Amino acid sequence: MTQPKTEQVLIKADSLNKRYGSHHAVADLNLELRKGEILGLLGPNGAGKSTTLRMLSGCLAPTSGQIEINGVNIGSDAKAAKDAIGYLPERPPVYAELSVDEYLLFCAKLHGVEKHERHSALLSAKRDCGLDKVGHRIIGNLSKGYQQRVGIAQAIIHRPEVIILDEPTVGLDPIQIREIRKLITELGEHHTVILSSHILSEIQATCSRVVIINNGRIVFSEGLEALAATAMAERILIALRHPPEADKLKIEGVATVTLMADGRFRIEPEAGADPREALAELAVKQGWGLVELASERKTLEEIFVELTTSDNNSNITISKEAA
Amino acid sequence: MNTLHIAQHELRRIFVSPLAWAILAVIQLMLGVVFLLTIVDLLANPMMLMDETVGVTEIIGGSLFGFGSLLFLLVVPLLTMRMFSEERRTGSLDLYLSAPISLTELVLGKFLGLFGFLVVLLALVSIMPLAMLPATPLDLGRLLSGLLGLLLMMAAFGAAGIFISSLTEQPVIAAVVSLVVLLLLWLVGWFSEWTIPWFGGETLAVGAPFAYLSMTNHFDSFLLGLFDTADVIYYLLFCAVFLTLTIQRLDMERH
Repeated sequence: MTQPKTEQVLIKADSLNKRYGSHHAVADLNLELRKGEILGLLGPNGAGKSTTLRMLSGCLAPTSGQIEINGVNIGSDAKAAKDAIGYLPERPPVYAELSVDEYLLFCAKLHGVEKHERHSALLSAKRDCGLDKVGHRIIGNLSKGYQQRVGIAQAIIHRPEVIILDEPTVGLDPIQIREIRKLITELGEHHTVILSSHILSEIQATCSRVVIINNGRIVFSEGLEALAATAMAERILIALRHPPEADKLKIEGVATVTLMADGRFRIEPEAGADPREALAELAVKQGWGLVELASERKTLEEIFVELTTSDNNSNITISKEAA
Repeated sequence: MNTLHIAQHELRRIFVSPLAWAILAVIQLMLGVVFLLTIVDLLANPMMLMDETVGVTEIIGGSLFGFGSLLFLLVVPLLTMRMFSEERRTGSLDLYLSAPISLTELVLGKFLGLFGFLVVLLALVSIMPLAMLPATPLDLGRLLSGLLGLLLMMAAFGAAGIFISSLTEQPVIAAVVSLVVLLLLWLVGWFSEWTIPWFGGETLAVGAPFAYLSMTNHFDSFLLGLFDTADVIYYLLFCAVFLTLTIQRLDMERH
């Protein structure tokens, strides 16, 4: 999953701002994307993901800030900058009344693919997106999953340096989601991809780097390994047949003990300490009847929730209970 | 080049929609009826041709193109209503906005596509009077001038319709508003004779500017076979103004 990293910066966004009246949709966003990376833009609904991607693709002008695509400023030379971009908006921008071939050929023309190269571009885009067999079908008659693929084919037909995908798997069934993810991973081998999602597992499955944004601001920007490392902080779960007072479990190396709803205890160890052995010995000595002792990792979901709900804590409990 | 690609694409989309074929059929039917009635009328009253200044071309062409212009006023909004409003509603506008093309190319392309369809529409209409050619001599210059006038007027309708379509997300709203705007531009001609009394027994022709604005006044001279550059420029300016407004409107949306 790790991509060969070269130093060529393909997308550079510098203190990007977008305001709608008093609403600050994107605030001081800085982003850098190098060749060969798959970047996941993660955030809850309404965090500013789509707005950011719309600005990067040139569909929306930022209120302030600069965007450089492949070294070209999109504000001053939009045509040259957009040449290097393939963009799939939230809704695939397809024409329901045209056939897949007609539509994709038009997209190739629109992106300035030379006449003699158009046919091969069409074939390779269709092959990459698994559309070989539906070329003559009318787009409106295709399933949502296939329409999404047509949308992706549209974004890659001119073989851009950068592919921007806005929620590429939204509204698809699990099998289609898996296929699209596979496709994105394959695309990442030859292109630089930036995709957005509000589903963390999706980013985990496809991306090499993740940027979490909330309320238009970046709250986390690391490689996926770093995110996983943050998740390493372990907790201990212990279930006892004859549970004592919670305080009794607070031995050396234990930071906090909480009694959970199902009668088990969740123990947060102090940094670097591993009190599991001591806890087992204690349970045997006291005759508490140890039935379960397990270490629990903070899931990425929890980190995500922590990062994105820092300023509206009421949501934490709700989403945790739901999970 | 991009403009032509978009125009071609637009024309293709117009022709794969059943609406275009329905419009072609309905217009052909309505004008066919008018054509037939005019001929029947002419046969019943051959006296009409006694006056040496009036010919078959004037009678046939006049009624056909006169009625046609009103018919197209009703029909063009149906063709333009989807141009931008639907693109915006379905999200396909993003395809153009993220592509390496300018808004001018986009708007011109759409307009040219529509223009292509209007030419087809008009070609079908022109067959009717031309069908009389074997039977009677026609004033072809006058016929051509009438057709050119119709085409220019339809193009103007189209430009206004495209602009209004760029204002909304709902094609139906675009159609209704376009229709009202075009009707108003039509009605404005009625004020052209408007005068108010002025001091010293003079009258002030307040209606004169309305005469300039009115679509019909400029069209009438074409019907008479009068090719006046002022009228051509009126229609070209009209198109240019509304297409420029459309470009401005789309650019505004990006900000």
